[in-house]
Amino acid sequence: MRWIEAGMALGIAAAAAGLQQSPAPPAPQLPQAPPVPPSIASPPPQPVQPPRFVVVVDAAHGGSETGARLNGGALEKDITLSFSARLRSTLHAHGIDVVMIRQGDVNLPTVNRAETANEAQAAACLTIHATATGSGVHLFTSSLAPTGMVRFMPWQSAQSAFVTQSLKLESEIDSALAHAEIPVSLARASVAPMDSMMCPEVAVEIAPLVAGHVTKASPVTDASYQKSVVDALTAALEQWRSDWRQQ
Amino acid sequence: MISQVQKYLFFAMLVACVLMAAFLIRLRNHAQDRLQAQGTIAPAEMAETAVSAPRTVTLYVPNDLDDSLTAVEKQISLPGDRNAEARVILESLMEAYRAPGSTHPMNVTTGIDDVYFMAAPQGKDASGGGGELAVIDMSSALCAAQPSGIEPETLTLESMMATLHANLPAVTEVHFLVDGQPKETLAGHADLTRTYVAGENTVQGPGQ
Repeated sequence: MRWIEAGMALGIAAAAAGLQQSPAPPAPQLPQAPPVPPSIASPPPQPVQPPRFVVVVDAAHGGSETGARLNGGALEKDITLSFSARLRSTLHAHGIDVVMIRQGDVNLPTVNRAETANEAQAAACLTIHATATGSGVHLFTSSLAPTGMVRFMPWQSAQSAFVTQSLKLESEIDSALAHAEIPVSLARASVAPMDSMMCPEVAVEIAPLVAGHVTKASPVTDASYQKSVVDALTAALEQWRSDWRQQ
Repeated sequence: MISQVQKYLFFAMLVACVLMAAFLIRLRNHAQDRLQAQGTIAPAEMAETAVSAPRTVTLYVPNDLDDSLTAVEKQISLPGDRNAEARVILESLMEAYRAPGSTHPMNVTTGIDDVYFMAAPQGKDASGGGGELAVIDMSSALCAAQPSGIEPETLTLESMMATLHANLPAVTEVHFLVDGQPKETLAGHADLTRTYVAGENTVQGPGQ
């Protein structure tokens, strides 16, 4: 009602002003418009809260779903959880908020993982995997074709609206890992729940280091190897935060 | 009282029945002989048409170390039946997996149960004609032998799709089953519930 009354008052005032500008005939005396409450006429500017820079970290597998069995008998679910905890601590230390999807040895359905990530409205999502094959770090983005954002995205292909950003994030991580002299390979893949996530999403799969020109052989469980990967991911996410704030 | 005419008629019909039965038995024996004759000839004829002269096929062999697929040409004899042909080509790829010094080692003996073809729902082949959807029915032995991980699983699927598309270009889409049943993942990672576009190599080299 207040909006309607104010609108009527404004309309009357405008009509009065228009009539006053015309020279003839003399305008009839209109009733004085009541003063418009300032809160309605021009709402005071609210302090704009900058959106929070949140990173979602998803330690893959868990519970009965053990994932790959790595050299030495370690299970992928344990490696991903410990690595994710280490990554969270380092990101916190650099002032980056982290939402951990899996906190313990539980088997979360992929639907729940995607729901948690989407509710966080994260600026970046990382899914952590580990494998016994290959060398270095494998980065994967969704194999979906990029599309525009619509109000309701299909659940199975929600990531398609973020594929371009995911590729940019992957490029940042690739640069940081290359700077740390860790071999990197990039590929597109279809791995649940990646395609349902509504955020720039990269799956990070850590493989053992094979001895090369600049690298020495290290298993996935090696603490110094994990630390160098964590540091590279942190550097990449700090750069991503800087780019994200400028957008 | 039965009249004389009825008696003659009855015996005439009886003789006709006996003659008809003898005639039918003779016809059946002739048909049986003909089928048996065909049965003894068929295996030899089938052997001639089943396997053609050796043909060059292209196999896309994965390399776990650099995430790449390498095209390898091989001469193999292919059966005339298209489904069997696709299965033989993919089994040849499995041989490359288990070969000594393989860049994608997998100890799998029989990996492909069957391959079926049907019209792709929306695909078109390279010539603009209607594409085909290939359904690759893998064995559970392949899943058990598959090393777990996004990279090795994706490479296995990519190599099968690229190999099938290279040798049967009409195949534009591929769907995977395991022991004739849908399965969520190959070995915990690569999604098997979706239909893949064949010939769209998503695997890139290192650092690309």
